[in-house]
Amino acid sequence: MNNVLQQTVDSLRARFGDAVEEVREFRDDVIVVVGRSAIVDVATWLRDNETCPFPLCEDVFGIDAWTRKQRFEVNYHFFSLTCKQRIHLKVRVEENDPSVPSITGVYPGAGWYERETFDMYGITFPGHRDLRRSYMPEDFEYHPLRKDYPLMGIPGALPLPKRG
Amino acid sequence: MGLESALGEGYLTTQLDALVGWARKNSLWPMPMGLSCCAIELMSAGDPRHDISRFGMEVMRFSPRQSDVMIVAGTVTYKMAHVVRKIYDQMAEPRWVIAMGACASSGGMFRSYSVVQGIDQFLPVDVFTAGCPPRPENLFNALIKLQEIVQQSSVLDYRNSNEPIIVS
Amino acid sequence: MSDKTKSTQDYFDAPILTDQLPPKEKRTKLLQALLDMDPDLSFDDPLENDMILNMGPSHPATHGVLRILLRLDGETIVSAMPELGYLHRGYEKIAENETYHEFITHTDRLDYLQPVHNNVGYILAVEKLLGIEAPPRAQYIRTLLAELARISSHLVGFGVMAMDVGAMTLLLWCFREREKIHDIFDLVVGARFTTSFTRIGGIAQDITDEGLAAIRAFTDQFLARLDEGERLLNRNRIFFDRCRNVGVISAEDALAIGLTGPNLRGSGIPLDLRRDNPYLIYDQLDFDVITENEGDSLARYFVRLREMKESVKMVYQCLEKLPVGPVHAHEPKKVLPRKERIYTRMEELIHDFMIVNHGVNPPSGEVYHAIESSKGQLGFHIVSRGEGHPWRLKIRSPSFCNLQALPMLLKGHLLSDILAVLGSLDPVMGEADK
Repeated sequence: MNNVLQQTVDSLRARFGDAVEEVREFRDDVIVVVGRSAIVDVATWLRDNETCPFPLCEDVFGIDAWTRKQRFEVNYHFFSLTCKQRIHLKVRVEENDPSVPSITGVYPGAGWYERETFDMYGITFPGHRDLRRSYMPEDFEYHPLRKDYPLMGIPGALPLPKRG
Repeated sequence: MGLESALGEGYLTTQLDALVGWARKNSLWPMPMGLSCCAIELMSAGDPRHDISRFGMEVMRFSPRQSDVMIVAGTVTYKMAHVVRKIYDQMAEPRWVIAMGACASSGGMFRSYSVVQGIDQFLPVDVFTAGCPPRPENLFNALIKLQEIVQQSSVLDYRNSNEPIIVS
Repeated sequence: MSDKTKSTQDYFDAPILTDQLPPKEKRTKLLQALLDMDPDLSFDDPLENDMILNMGPSHPATHGVLRILLRLDGETIVSAMPELGYLHRGYEKIAENETYHEFITHTDRLDYLQPVHNNVGYILAVEKLLGIEAPPRAQYIRTLLAELARISSHLVGFGVMAMDVGAMTLLLWCFREREKIHDIFDLVVGARFTTSFTRIGGIAQDITDEGLAAIRAFTDQFLARLDEGERLLNRNRIFFDRCRNVGVISAEDALAIGLTGPNLRGSGIPLDLRRDNPYLIYDQLDFDVITENEGDSLARYFVRLREMKESVKMVYQCLEKLPVGPVHAHEPKKVLPRKERIYTRMEELIHDFMIVNHGVNPPSGEVYHAIESSKGQLGFHIVSRGEGHPWRLKIRSPSFCNLQALPMLLKGHLLSDILAVLGSLDPVMGEADK
């Protein structure tokens, strides 16, 4: 971890305390696991801080960890134009309550990514103004990227026109 | 031939099927149903190098009402299948369908929940074209094969005259 | 759809077209979202006529299968709502069921105007996960072909945008140049269109002298050909009138909505990962990051045009500096062995069997690697659990995010400006829908 990111992570820890649950590093990528309730505040701080602001939200996506506890993860990538650094946030949620506060108020660009995550994993984002399915048809019932959804789909879940 | 001598010079007798088939095959107007990667090769087929107009069928019309053959170029998803079918239904008869590329023919490499595994599940297809995507030359091959089909088909029952063929 | 209905409120209270539209509670969410969109522009139209128009998904100018639902006041767009998913092929689900090598072929079809970029972006993410690096010659060849692919992609973006606003000739000229690049790929890679050129730790095969000569011959004549095309448009009054001050987005808005690539640089923000977060050998090349400050369609067009010239510069530098050496890293357990050695040696046969059947088994962990593709930032996030196939592979596709700016760009413009805006955004639906 280089100095700039180390400083950012230290400030995050100092500012948000227990909300920063874990900091990991793998192949120079820094992953910060954040508590669900703190994500909007952390995102706002990352965008607005003085030393290394992260104005670009590159990506928001889900992961199905397929574990008994905290099955779903929502991941965020932010990029800093001034420091040329990237930071990766992660929020873990339970299977029976898959919802994470929306960061569209902070990063409007996250809107479609949250829609995609909702479409693929069924994770809802309270605070999102237009949380529709982004890829699958509106009357589709399942969330295809969940690990319990088969690769070839469920027969009959998506209708086809008659050959006629 | 008795009839031709009775009519005098300048007349030619033929079968109606052959005459109509000949007229139809040389004025096929394609409707490019460009969906994905194959659409780019379809565009390449119209470029100065390959020049689809050599075969009398360069008049790509995006209106289904004006076209005779639909070239389904690309992956058809379940969401798109309804649109493809609707456009096919809007085409005036007689109409033919070319499935361009592996995706349209069989789902190709995309064996997944959202891709229709072959458009023959909801469309009658006349020519299947191999390739991912097919080179423009192979598309021409498909079009020439389709011309043969059109030439041989019966006026009254063009739909059931031929079995679908596969070009590769 | 309808010609004219009454005002929006009447629309809800007493729909005139009851036979065509479903009742309010059953109305589809897409249409509902469009109608709920708060238009913050006010029009001085006493009649307050609204019209809903459906554009796509099969439309010659939507660059594939994009559907846009438009709410019009006369000919002015009040709001627009893009609808994606007509080409959703489930890449991310497929990736979870295939080995790392098998998925290379799938990356070709992501952004099908420039398959090499997708190959390179994916393979760099896998190599980062594995912790290996390709030898310099392979890196140079990757860069070389990636820049050629950037030219070919920009040529389509450039030509199609010109065609959309009425200049048909340029499209044919651009495709003529693109065919030459396809010929090079045919010679170097073996396929003219879908390349699948990269391998873990290297490339499929070394480039021959014949291939290098073909690249040099192409680049030698390309700038003159580009200049011809440029002369058609750069003094063209119609083209300028169609594109200037259309689809304007400020630098702040562009950054907030998440634009990347030429679209962001058209708004004056010099973000280019080739310079800011260098990968491959871009830190050894000399090139400029092109920016324009206007932020309109014309600015985005000029960024693409000038970027092609920068790419030509980079191709020349790569050709000059191309080192001699192997094109495969020496990592027997990760890199596919050469075919002739598989047939003659036991070790290689075993490695080939293991790599093909079980995959390369990277360590557990997650990495993200992003490259600057011709559309913007193309990133791959791979989560590995030590198996031969990824646990999760997320594709950060630039077109998806660039399209997000469309409602913002279209608001208040005329119906015919859609083409100029959409053409200048240059989305590819294969990538946006994944």
